[in-house]
Amino acid sequence: MTGYEGADLAIALINVILLGLLFVVAIAIARMRSLFAIVMLSGIYSLISATWFVALDAVDVAFTEAAVGAGISTALLLGAMLLTSRTAKPEKRSTAIVPLLVVIAVGCMLVYATIDLPAFGDPDSPANTYVGTAYIERTPQDIGVPNIVTAVLASYRGFDTLGEVGVVFAAALAVILLLGFGERSLSATIGRKDKGGRG
Amino acid sequence: MIGAAAIALIVAIALMLIRALRGPTLYDRVLAVNSLGTKIVLFIGILGFVLGRPDFLDIAVLYALINFVSTIAILKFFRYRSFQVPLMRRTVARQTQPEGDDV
Repeated sequence: MTGYEGADLAIALINVILLGLLFVVAIAIARMRSLFAIVMLSGIYSLISATWFVALDAVDVAFTEAAVGAGISTALLLGAMLLTSRTAKPEKRSTAIVPLLVVIAVGCMLVYATIDLPAFGDPDSPANTYVGTAYIERTPQDIGVPNIVTAVLASYRGFDTLGEVGVVFAAALAVILLLGFGERSLSATIGRKDKGGRG
Repeated sequence: MIGAAAIALIVAIALMLIRALRGPTLYDRVLAVNSLGTKIVLFIGILGFVLGRPDFLDIAVLYALINFVSTIAILKFFRYRSFQVPLMRRTVARQTQPEGDDV
């Protein structure tokens, strides 16, 4: 890592604690039936994982996770919950076996794949040898932004980021067109249909 | 010193998590999420000092803003059952008819 070896133990401890919290939240989400509680817990999950991204120095990913995961998607899920019931159907125990086996198999494969990965912060890893060094050398003269990830995203790959913004805008537009706003929105239509009923 | 603060914050986060998991009413959960967000903001600030990079405070401020807005959105949703109602009550109340105290 970059200079602060004394804090390595603290970093490892923080990572373990945050991942443990994420594990607890994920298990709780899988076991709960109240959809509102699940929406709230998924917001918590996003916040904690955003903190973990900050701890891993992936600040831009953490920004996205906090804005999209904890902010927008909580609101979208609440809006979707308005159109359905408030609790999930309990599923049968026997049908849950096959997905469990699939998940365990995929998890084992992923753990097996991590054995081949270079160590965390390894200077000889591909991420730190080829293009990365060129960016690190040139960014101070070319762009002058202290955060190199920001320089890459907003300047070197400016057109790419512009295209991504266009894609996200189109997706948001599609959601707005589907759910609607104001008088013509789906929820307002449903609410008008059973007037006098609940919600 | 900073370590003690970090540990205290982690304990507080765990307590908020327990409240969000077990909270009997919806408002317990909303409050738990909101104050857990506050603890996360403080924790990111502490983390910046642990890592020797106090510029994480900017991120913490942004998280505080997002947390505030999303809490307002959730509470507004439960007050009006919709996001399309303005927060300030207009003089001519249209068909909104807030359903106060079910939930």
